[in-house]
Amino acid sequence: MSGRIVGQSVERLEDRALLRGEARFVDDISFPGMWHVAFVRSAHAHAMILGVDVSAALDVPGVHAVLTMADLEPHLSDRLLRVALPSPAYRQELHRPVLADREVVHVGEAIAAVIADSRYIAEDAAALVMVDYDPLPVVSDCRDAMAENAPRAHRDAPHNLAAEFDMGYGDCDEAFAKAAHVFRENYWQHRGVAQSMECRGVVAALEPMSDVLTMWSSTQTPHAGKRVLCGLLGRDEDKLRVVTPDVGGGFGPKLVFYPEEAVVALAAQIYGHPIKWIEDRREHFVSTTQERDQHWDMEIAVDAQGQILGLRGTLLHDHGAYTARGVNVAYGSAAAITLPYVIPAYQLDIKLVVTNKVSVTPIRGAGQPQAVFVMERLLDRVARELKIDRAELRRRNLVAGAQIPYKTPLKTRGGMQVVLDSGDYPACMAAALERAGWEDFPRRQAAALAKGRHIGLGVANYVEGTGRGPFEPVSVRVAENGRIHVASGAAAMGQSTKTMLAQVVAEQLGCDMSNITVVAGDTGAIELGMGGFNSRQAVMAGSSAHAAALKVRQKALHVASHMLQVGEQALEIEGTAVRLKGGGAQVELAEVAKAVAGLPGYYIPGNVEPGLQATEHVIINDMTYANGTCVVEVEVDAETGLVRVSRVVFAHDCGRVLHPKIVEGQIIGGIAHGLGNALFEWMGFDENAQPVSTTLAEYLLMSSTEMPPPIEILHLESPSPLNELGIKGVGESGVIPMTAAVASAVEDALAPFGVSIAKVPINPPDLISLIHGASQEMRA
Amino acid sequence: MKPPPFSYHDPETLEQAVELLATLDNAKALAGGQSLMPMLNMRFVLPDHVVDLNRVSELSGIRRNGQTIEIGAMTRQRDLEFSSEIATACPLMSEALTHVGHRQTRNRGTIGGSLCHLDPAAELVCVAAALDAVVEVVGPNGRREIPFAEFPAGYMSPAIDFTELVSRVTFPVWPRETGHAFVEFSRRHGDFAIVSAAAMLLLDGAGRVSRAVLALGGVGAVPLRMHDVEAALIGQAPTAELIRRVSETCRTVEAVGDVYVPASYRQHLACVMSRRALETALSRADRSAAAA
Amino acid sequence: MDSVADTRTIELRVNGKAYSRPAPVRMTLSDFLRHELKLTGTHVGCEHGVCGACTILFDGRSARSCLMLAVQANGHEITTVEGLANGKDMHPLQAALSDHHGLQCGFCTPGMLTTLVELLNDNPSPSAEDVRVAISGNLCRCTGYEGIVAATLDAAQKMRAGAGGRS
Repeated sequence: MSGRIVGQSVERLEDRALLRGEARFVDDISFPGMWHVAFVRSAHAHAMILGVDVSAALDVPGVHAVLTMADLEPHLSDRLLRVALPSPAYRQELHRPVLADREVVHVGEAIAAVIADSRYIAEDAAALVMVDYDPLPVVSDCRDAMAENAPRAHRDAPHNLAAEFDMGYGDCDEAFAKAAHVFRENYWQHRGVAQSMECRGVVAALEPMSDVLTMWSSTQTPHAGKRVLCGLLGRDEDKLRVVTPDVGGGFGPKLVFYPEEAVVALAAQIYGHPIKWIEDRREHFVSTTQERDQHWDMEIAVDAQGQILGLRGTLLHDHGAYTARGVNVAYGSAAAITLPYVIPAYQLDIKLVVTNKVSVTPIRGAGQPQAVFVMERLLDRVARELKIDRAELRRRNLVAGAQIPYKTPLKTRGGMQVVLDSGDYPACMAAALERAGWEDFPRRQAAALAKGRHIGLGVANYVEGTGRGPFEPVSVRVAENGRIHVASGAAAMGQSTKTMLAQVVAEQLGCDMSNITVVAGDTGAIELGMGGFNSRQAVMAGSSAHAAALKVRQKALHVASHMLQVGEQALEIEGTAVRLKGGGAQVELAEVAKAVAGLPGYYIPGNVEPGLQATEHVIINDMTYANGTCVVEVEVDAETGLVRVSRVVFAHDCGRVLHPKIVEGQIIGGIAHGLGNALFEWMGFDENAQPVSTTLAEYLLMSSTEMPPPIEILHLESPSPLNELGIKGVGESGVIPMTAAVASAVEDALAPFGVSIAKVPINPPDLISLIHGASQEMRA
Repeated sequence: MKPPPFSYHDPETLEQAVELLATLDNAKALAGGQSLMPMLNMRFVLPDHVVDLNRVSELSGIRRNGQTIEIGAMTRQRDLEFSSEIATACPLMSEALTHVGHRQTRNRGTIGGSLCHLDPAAELVCVAAALDAVVEVVGPNGRREIPFAEFPAGYMSPAIDFTELVSRVTFPVWPRETGHAFVEFSRRHGDFAIVSAAAMLLLDGAGRVSRAVLALGGVGAVPLRMHDVEAALIGQAPTAELIRRVSETCRTVEAVGDVYVPASYRQHLACVMSRRALETALSRADRSAAAA
Repeated sequence: MDSVADTRTIELRVNGKAYSRPAPVRMTLSDFLRHELKLTGTHVGCEHGVCGACTILFDGRSARSCLMLAVQANGHEITTVEGLANGKDMHPLQAALSDHHGLQCGFCTPGMLTTLVELLNDNPSPSAEDVRVAISGNLCRCTGYEGIVAATLDAAQKMRAGAGGRS
């Protein structure tokens, strides 16, 4: 069910300014005489700080201050950033300090902030800050961290266990005891970096007349940031404002509150002077949170026909040095692995292990790509062993369309039951397979092989939890000039949030996108907000926008009916006016807005509450589950190990599609990210936890020449019953099945060599070793 | 990531540039900036003086001089890429240039800058090694010529004094009948090669190899000339089997390993890239018009 | 800003407009354009010459402005993303990028545009592969490049047909 605006690929609100170089990213904000910050960062993965000598740095002309924790502490209510989501699973507290002053636990941890007239001078001086380190033993590999004699990642910690929990249901012992076949495998998905093209950044300024401290930050969560800052700085809520300007990509890590935000905001407060810090790319590699390092040791039990009876094992999750968000990534992995399939018994023991590396928080996909990689790899193993076609094996195990809504025994991290709310997974997979020519592929493959070419086809299914609740507020207000102002706690970081909100509102209020202004991510514009993460904003903010727009619409019609002396049912809103259906008498929205603004001593027409506006916080606690199937075709050069992705077919169901081009853009972008994770992106650390990939020449992102030909996307639309618009999130879908599908395809291409893929990224040297008969190197 | 403080000089003549380098302490010559500028931004180099060569117009230009082609050190990679003179006289370089970085870097990057940076994986470095280029250097004591075989003193270290400048690179022109090939393996288009191979093959009237060149980039600390392979080809009928066999000898070449690529993989690729380069060069060699 | 001793006055033309400004000699061209001339459309993504976000046209040729010193632009002509539209009329490439959803966060877009303007100047009829190669030095984390390639082919076609921009 498409509307005139909703469901249409209308021009994005964001495009014009971005295309003309008129957008305002955080580094585009400047004040006359603004000061600039460069951070002094730890050169060691683990060391005690014996002293910090800032005297030489302070002597550099143009330097205003060099701040360490000792300088900040008197102004702070707490030394630590206590931002961890609640969970009973924690085994120790690992909050980040605002600046490290006793111990550093990863390379890149901020120790001091140099404030100078320019970034150039600040960097000159930062090089002169002398930190006296006493290096300590390092935990680099999370598999070594739990050993009895392992060094501690934090010197005074009792162990390296950040958190542990288990997840499961059914009787695994019985399932495995009666199984016809049990297979066991170890899998590893490697750590990656978000690499938004814009790094992080903060500008802070104190407005002396009002005493309001404003922080512009490239954050996905301005309201959460404000809450943390108010607490740290002891400022009243009305004396602090956090604004997300245009953001050059988020992909997860920008949802976290960072030490640099606290330091820059506090420095602006202390000196009463506007201050800017822009993260450079090298800092991004060592200070922005990362994700994906997980080691799984899994067993699957199946009957003689390949029907899954049980799934069990352990998950070792590299947590990094601190708890910057929670146990959520590992939880997301554990909760995602079973979803597309009927799995009667499941048991997973999860350990989150502390290492001397950058903290781990969600990156696009948030634990789900790893889970899908593991599940789909296991299914390929079963198919191979039982000599069942890989797609057929999946058909036998997918949750059937008739079983939906399917109540799984799983719970979300907030304790809500996981219910697969809509969709037809087998139909989705069938559509992808048919488009990809799955049935005919063995013939093509044999023909290619006869010419010495190794082509392969891989398949992976995913189900993604989207629309994390409980709410995201939206206010809709018609100003007295008729312009419609929309404000939301949702934060935009490139995913067209403003367009999405404007579409939903325009559909109810005249269908004129050009008459709508959206403010997303400004604590000064709306009181509450959660922000952008977990593929949630279209679902949550979209639902609130819809509800608020409907209220404003009803009010506008009601008031206009009094003004025009006709029944409400006879009226419609078209363009900027309320009019008789089909034309005729009309009153401008501006006039309606003025009428309800009130006049001293007169009735408001229609006896309504004043103001043509509404704010809604639609509460949706349950998540809505999107699904999809990806089929990837590759060609492998068996001499060099080069993998070329020659085709991607992606069938998916994200419920009702609000904007087809935006949805496809999200999916293709996610696919590119996932292909990078599968084949290129490798965040290396040596045995001392020193990062070894710290430039974009070393950490390889997908470039245009490595992308496959245009991706074939098939849309299935099963509206979610959980929200009025029937929508599900889509921002992370593309990335989730990619490592699994690529591994499946590479394995298929190299079947003549008996190659088995257990680790991503798949790199050429590894593949050559595998082709030559070795097993995959499972050490970094 | 901002450059450290330095003094800036932009001479207009080679003589001025040489004078500056000879008199200034800790000076660094700035050519196209595609290697030096990142190193400045990352503060991997901390010069007191930067001597910018971009206004020294006499350092640019491509000139055919009989059986050689002379290229000014500041000639941009883009100008080489689009030069019909280079395409005719030095097709190996033209082919190599399609692998050099991206349009934006080739628009600025220069041949002299690339050779002086001497990254062993750089394409132009491999071409210079393959073709026995001659590097002309100017310093306080005048000009001298260095055969490319003697140009690398070590990993990313040219055998020139810090007061000297590369002014010109001269490449011999091979007969038109020569088959050439430049192939490389890199992770993505435009990345530095993990291993590259440059091959030249000239056949005699009997279809035997009369001249052969094979150079490997990216394998070792400096670009490698595979003289044993060349010797094994000369005088032989270049059968697929022969090419396969001589290429396989590259497996024992001394290779560097790093955190991304083990040495053994580079050795493996050395064989594969050598074979592919020789095969392609052979397919392009003119058998009928064998050099008399 | 650095001390006067290390500063030079730079005279250049940007988007057809003449400027004369002092700048520290070590200042990169990207910082000069952004922070001295306030032309913040040119973005800085990596400062080591890999991402391409800072690409500008230097005397008509694409160049990474993070790999140039501002002082090197003395006497030269520069075009940035702000100079592509003709008043309210967007360049056909700009319009096509919007039509084909060839941008999401828009951070890489200025570098994409300048790179593609050069491509279409040199080659008015590029193939999809030509476009992919042309932007292989411009990283985008959002789009997977597909919309950018499609937009470029569309813009090229419209430019060949003589269609103008869009306001």
